[in-house]
Amino acid sequence: MAPLADLAAGPSTDAARGPMLPRPFRVEQRRQDTRDTVTLVLEPLDGEPLPFDAGQFTMLDAFGIGEVPISISGDPTRPGPLEHTVRDVGSVTHALVRSEAGTLLGVRGPYGTGWGALDGAGGDLLVVAGGIGLAPLRPALLEALARREAFGRLVLLYGARTPHDVLFADDLRSWRDRHGVEVDVTVDYGTPEWTGRVGLVTSLIPRAGFDPRNTLALVCGPEVMMRYVATALVDRGVPAGRVRLSMERNMRCGIGLCGHCQLRELFLCVDGPVLAYDRLAPLMAVAEL
Amino acid sequence: MRTIEQYLPDHPFFAGLDEPAVALLAGCAVNVHVDAGRMLFREGEPADRFYVVRRGRVAIEVRSPTGPIVIDTADEGDVVGWSWLVPPYRWVFDARAVLPTSAVAFDAVCLRGKCEADPALGFALMQRVARVMYERLQAARVRLLDLYGAPHGAPR
Amino acid sequence: MRGGARVLDLDGLEALVEALRERGYTVLGPTVRDGAIVTGQITGLDDLPRGWGDEQDAGHYRLRRRGDDALFGFASGAQSAKPVLFPATTLIWRGSRSADGFTVETNGVAPPGGPGPPYALLGVRSCDLAAIGVHDRVLAGRAAVDTDYVRQREDCFVVAVTCGSPGGTCFCVSMGTGPRPGAGYDLALTEILDDGAGHRFLAEPGSDRGADVLGDLPGSPAGADDLAAADRMAADAVARMGRVLETDSLRDVLYASAESARWDDIATRCLACTNCTLVCPTCFCTSVDDVTDLTGTARERHRVWDSCFSADYSYLHGGSVRASTAARYRQWMTHKLASWIDQFGTSGCVGCGRCITWCPAAIDITAEAAVLRADLADSLPAREEA
Repeated sequence: MAPLADLAAGPSTDAARGPMLPRPFRVEQRRQDTRDTVTLVLEPLDGEPLPFDAGQFTMLDAFGIGEVPISISGDPTRPGPLEHTVRDVGSVTHALVRSEAGTLLGVRGPYGTGWGALDGAGGDLLVVAGGIGLAPLRPALLEALARREAFGRLVLLYGARTPHDVLFADDLRSWRDRHGVEVDVTVDYGTPEWTGRVGLVTSLIPRAGFDPRNTLALVCGPEVMMRYVATALVDRGVPAGRVRLSMERNMRCGIGLCGHCQLRELFLCVDGPVLAYDRLAPLMAVAEL
Repeated sequence: MRTIEQYLPDHPFFAGLDEPAVALLAGCAVNVHVDAGRMLFREGEPADRFYVVRRGRVAIEVRSPTGPIVIDTADEGDVVGWSWLVPPYRWVFDARAVLPTSAVAFDAVCLRGKCEADPALGFALMQRVARVMYERLQAARVRLLDLYGAPHGAPR
Repeated sequence: MRGGARVLDLDGLEALVEALRERGYTVLGPTVRDGAIVTGQITGLDDLPRGWGDEQDAGHYRLRRRGDDALFGFASGAQSAKPVLFPATTLIWRGSRSADGFTVETNGVAPPGGPGPPYALLGVRSCDLAAIGVHDRVLAGRAAVDTDYVRQREDCFVVAVTCGSPGGTCFCVSMGTGPRPGAGYDLALTEILDDGAGHRFLAEPGSDRGADVLGDLPGSPAGADDLAAADRMAADAVARMGRVLETDSLRDVLYASAESARWDDIATRCLACTNCTLVCPTCFCTSVDDVTDLTGTARERHRVWDSCFSADYSYLHGGSVRASTAARYRQWMTHKLASWIDQFGTSGCVGCGRCITWCPAAIDITAEAAVLRADLADSLPAREEA
């Protein structure tokens, strides 16, 4: 039998640890974003920060309950605590959402392909988010803002369910007022106090100020929403190869070995989750693929 | 079963159109039969037809990762499809026959051409399609309220 | 590989088993149990299926008496090397949570209650040898590696055998994986017993450690007659394949058949029982089972076999992406014969025929591929009109 290893002081690379062994992190801060969504700020027990590309995810482990893939929602340009924005949709995310400061969680990763927002440098960057989809896109926006001068227009179109479900409201204001991002928000259902737009996020596309011939579009949200947004963008003249989606399927290992996340020949944890629409369109058109 | 020319004038959608107009429309139409479970059209395909259901039922569906979601059905007498009149003339949803269905299928490419040539006919058709959209949209908006789901109507 | 080829008689083969055991290997090979040939521990030649052959067809498996003393006179056993190198259940790690951390005791991969590694596999068919090569690529040849598989694999000594009695469901020739073992063995044996010159084995080394073991065994250098007899046997086996899979452009055929009605036809027969994925030597899908004690402190993570035929394999947001049997069968077959090529550069199928033999509904992947190909060739428009 191999000797006992205390991971708090041990090596921090996956290779030494074995890729199926989580790194222990502690919840430093828990911030309630909306009624069912929480942002957890995590610090590694061994002190080694986790560098990541915007768009990547980790396998987040609620001890005793299970592991789920969650996109990283923090700032990739600054080494620091690991941020995850989690929506309560099942038993594991329910446990994660209820984790108070001090809770021990396991982290494996980061995994997957990133948004590659800087590929849009020299042109416009269009970010279209639906619901919790804004969380994996936040790092891409922060990355672009850190190199603001490299881009032409930065546009964020965001669709939420109701005004109470709008995420990162402070960031949205700051991006619009202080960083020159054109921010347009719409909800599916309004409230009497809401004076903003009500309607589908696709309806924001015709009025958005971006040059389709020189735009990189990053889209994240429920798959149906992404499909309609991608179609609308292509109709508007953005080449399908310049529209990137973040796809989701059942994931167990996160490292391309268990087979679960396959979308025909693509392993979404290794070849994705961010993929270009020209590659995805024929695969998304086949039911039950 | 009546021929298309006999069937159309009694149908509410075509009410008020004169004989030459009905004959022209009938000239762009064929009867189709679709087995239960088969698709009439799919999201993304060119919208080159529209249908009037004579018998059976057609489900309008959205394709999602965990299966199709039926958002509407068209029964006897209902008109299916208006994407043929609005660019880019492409279906936005899937349509599937959920019962064995007989329908009159109108060749939209042919019709669009005739409407361009005869604006009065074009306007008459546009009015009728607008009415279908008007009724469907109102209904969709009220269904959005999720009246039976959320305790006090729409989520707030 | 002809350099260093020797001939062993039965005593020589017995000495091989002994030499491997002396070097610390647990020798595993074909044994007869419960009416089938399954992998078991080999302590001597008496443990091997002497005189047994098999009859295999779609949904059909029977042992039969050969009437001679052949030790490897059957096509394929019920299992491949997969349960040895990639066990159905493996403990990945065990650990416990403490007040300010998490300590881990990383375990070896010894199966509970059984003899441990290192293993020597005796009697690996060419198809199964090719499958080991496929698993090497999938599990140990990409960015992330299955460390448990690597551990099992590194120490494993492989004695392959040429197939002399291919079966009704065999199609290794179609897949280019046999009947002679390709690369990846330590020793390759060809059993010769019907040319009047005695029951003997042509033994060819395929590695340094294979040559080393061979050098310790009583035997004689291989002569021209021995080599010729082995060649004849292999050529004979080539002509007796039970099935054929037309592989030309098969990837394109399957990709183009995504919306074929044939999948629904197969689904009227397929039970989604997962037998095919269990017996297939290249299937590699797994799941992660986490088990804790009642206090939630001690924890184990297991890697367990999974199957794309299970209902919740593709579970996502309240439903499964592949809810229908048709979609699941399409996934398995398309992955095996098409997507695998894009992912790993080879077909996922080695032509062992087990999925055909062990399917309770007698579904034949080679027949289905032929139907899909034919349907594509004369495909009609999807919609019918009056």
